[in-house]
Amino acid sequence: MSLLHLAILLPLLAAPFIPFLFRGMKQIHTGWFVLIVPVVLVTYFAGFIPITSAGDVVTETIAWMPSLGINFTAYVDGLSLLFALLITGIGALVVLYSIYYLNKDKESLGHFYVYLLMFMSAMLGVVLSDNMIVMYMFWELTSISSFLLIGYWYEKERSRYGAQKSMLLTVFGGLSMLGGIVLLESMIGSYSIRDMIANSDVIAESPFFLVAMILILLGAFTKSAQFPFHIWLPDAMEAPTPVSAYLHSATMVKAGLYLVARMSPVFQESSVWLWTIAGVGMFTMFWGSFNAVKQTDLKGILAFSTVSQLGLIMSLLGLGAAALHYDGMDDNIFMVATIAAIFHLINHATFKGSLFMMAGIVDHETGTRDIRKLGGLMTVMPITFTIAVIGSLSMAGLPPFNGFLSKEMFLKATTKVFSADFFALDTIGILLPVIAFVGSVFTFIYSIMLFTRTFMGKAKFDQLPKKPHEAPIGMLISPAILALLVVGLGFFPNVLSNSLIKPAVESIYPTLVAQGQEVDVHIYFWHGLTPELFMTIGVVLLGSLLFWQMGKWMGIYNRIPHRLTLNGMYDGTLVWSNKAAYRFKDNYMTGFIRSYLIYIFVFLSGMMLFSIWWFDMYQFSFENLAEIAPYEYVLGAVVMLGALAILFMKSRLPSIILLGVVGYGVALFFVFFGAPDLALTQLVIETVSVALFLLVFYHMPDISKKEVRMRFKVGNAIVAVLVGTTVTLLSFMALTNKSLTSISEYYKENVYELAAGKNMVNVVLVDFRGFDTLFEIVVLGIAAFGIYTMIKFRTTRRTKGEGEHEAKQQTRQ
Amino acid sequence: MEIFVSIIIGVLTMCAVYLVLSRSLLRIIIGTALFSHAAHLLVLTTAGLKTGAAPVLVDGVTEFTDPLPQALVLTAIVISFGVTAFFLVLAYRTYQELSTDNMEEMKGTESYD
Repeated sequence: MSLLHLAILLPLLAAPFIPFLFRGMKQIHTGWFVLIVPVVLVTYFAGFIPITSAGDVVTETIAWMPSLGINFTAYVDGLSLLFALLITGIGALVVLYSIYYLNKDKESLGHFYVYLLMFMSAMLGVVLSDNMIVMYMFWELTSISSFLLIGYWYEKERSRYGAQKSMLLTVFGGLSMLGGIVLLESMIGSYSIRDMIANSDVIAESPFFLVAMILILLGAFTKSAQFPFHIWLPDAMEAPTPVSAYLHSATMVKAGLYLVARMSPVFQESSVWLWTIAGVGMFTMFWGSFNAVKQTDLKGILAFSTVSQLGLIMSLLGLGAAALHYDGMDDNIFMVATIAAIFHLINHATFKGSLFMMAGIVDHETGTRDIRKLGGLMTVMPITFTIAVIGSLSMAGLPPFNGFLSKEMFLKATTKVFSADFFALDTIGILLPVIAFVGSVFTFIYSIMLFTRTFMGKAKFDQLPKKPHEAPIGMLISPAILALLVVGLGFFPNVLSNSLIKPAVESIYPTLVAQGQEVDVHIYFWHGLTPELFMTIGVVLLGSLLFWQMGKWMGIYNRIPHRLTLNGMYDGTLVWSNKAAYRFKDNYMTGFIRSYLIYIFVFLSGMMLFSIWWFDMYQFSFENLAEIAPYEYVLGAVVMLGALAILFMKSRLPSIILLGVVGYGVALFFVFFGAPDLALTQLVIETVSVALFLLVFYHMPDISKKEVRMRFKVGNAIVAVLVGTTVTLLSFMALTNKSLTSISEYYKENVYELAAGKNMVNVVLVDFRGFDTLFEIVVLGIAAFGIYTMIKFRTTRRTKGEGEHEAKQQTRQ
Repeated sequence: MEIFVSIIIGVLTMCAVYLVLSRSLLRIIIGTALFSHAAHLLVLTTAGLKTGAAPVLVDGVTEFTDPLPQALVLTAIVISFGVTAFFLVLAYRTYQELSTDNMEEMKGTESYD
């Protein structure tokens, strides 16, 4: 157990104390204790920056299941460190924010922080594990903690719906990913990501290459809310706002991006990889921004905007793969895509985090997030307004904020397709800058909407549930820090270049680094009159025009009927599969015990007969059989006839007597077989059984008078004959195959020496196999207890009629 | 002998299955009792019948029947008695509560969803 492992598990180890702190220290908000964890971790991980920026990595291993190749290997390189810092850094700010957001007297903070800490550990585990199986385990843990956090206000129906939706979609993706992981392991014989990267040529030649890639991508796309799986993210907004800011914009949804970046060295030689990721990402970017414009809920806008921005980063990671094929110039122009992806990932965390917290503040202080009710808050909430403007403009891609820089790099990367002469990038690829442009226009519109509709325009304070006022200072600290980062990174983007971005990009291109290509990260504000600058100007002009004329084109959103939307399809599938499952279940779960027994019997016989046929066991040989005396024939006939006669008995008394006949017949057989103990026991038991049967029979007086007609059932008869035949064949088989000597030789030899007894059966029962007998007694004891309880304790309140019946019985007794 | 007993076992099992599949609770219990008879005979038969004297040490006897199946069956007889007794009281109580011993009438009509 190294310090690194401890750091990953620290939140999980701290979690059990939280409920006690919540119960025990009511006067202090539990969040203050929780805050210590991410603060400690962020300082710890910051200590790795010098190591990774020098190009080194840190590896620590704990053997977990070495025989299966599963070890908890923690691996810190540029990429994982960047994510670890995001997780702990944003985590600290979110916990601080939540202290003011969640009321310590009204909310069950114990649950909330336990889930949050669980998530933190899980997420750190995802980005710091080298072993794919361990990574998968943490990956699913993030899904579970996300489920719990979305459903935190579980009394709300929408919360439960959102939680279930996110769970179903992300776990579906996670399972697909597990399939991909197993396929990859079967190709190279190791679960380690580093081994996979080192053997990427082996993987590329495998016939399952494409399948594995698509399965892994399904995991990434569901987690990162890519089209068409993005539908869970808007519904996840039912979670408390700190959770939305943390899980559903800054960290968890970026796990998919991490996975794509991490697996890039394994897959990125393939054109399918580039096109799938770039295509899906680009379309998601457009679709998210297009849908964000029609939202009326502040968090709804932010959710779709997150979908869109994740798509943007995803498409950049896809385009970045082109860097491996490009050898036109000294300066590898496609590397800019990956640099932009990493840079935008950081920027998105800052501006979207601050915007979410802003939305939370507005919700907290006014009681609503509906932009149709909000407006004119600028005067009462000046600080929140400033934060909103900074965040929104950065998201829209305007200078001088960090969003502008990464957005320009994004547009630059898309325009570079013209100079690529592979994978049809210079033909169909032309769509990429077009979609990017359209998506950016919608991004601009919703970003402007976000602060104008909330803070500007006519004030309608009388419509608000609460009287609005500025948030307490503590609530403003976290968004203010993030907003400062937005501005700061805008002016000094290169502080991150060599410390965080370069090492992260280098871990995406291990082959290029090995070839000696320099990853050159220089982010400029002004880079001349380039195509991307004109695109930005075009975005601003067209976006402003459309925003101004919004009323005229909003009608297009109502064109798609609900049934055909993705959400409609999801709901439809859920309802349909529920119904289908019930219908299928009702087919065989009839509620009749007879049906279930028939399944068991038919399956048993079927399996038996099939195995007899499959393993050629139907040639029986009968040697060394015991001779048979004439009186034994008679006895056998009596037993068989007795049993058969029971079937045709209409009333109960004769069938009980016939059962007794069969039982005594079996006891006589035991005598002939040289088993006196058995015969004695059987005689006693049979007598008691028959007495019991008669006693119960006596207590069911009404029924005895009724002659219930027992119709002959052909179906039952067929099953009965089938099972009977099977058992006889089974017995024949046992006679045929006597390949092993009986273990009872040991008992025969030692019965006197070891146990000083002469009756072997008795010695076996009480001595050699004493535990069998002990548990036999236990079974009898349980049966006795059961019988006693059934007779003595009656919980059902009886109606008048039944009470009389009872009384009648008692008098008869 | 073994073949004959195997056929007896088959017939007993057949009757047991047919009874267990019927509607009357009492017939079902009789069926399980027949089942246990069949199973006991099966265990004894597969070990081989009449391979020697009863497994009790007596001077001058060296060939015994196999004691182990007998021990197993002895346990089984007692347990099957326990099960039968439990079953019977269950049937009795069911009859008291529901005034029927017909399994098809006992089936709940509502589906649980």
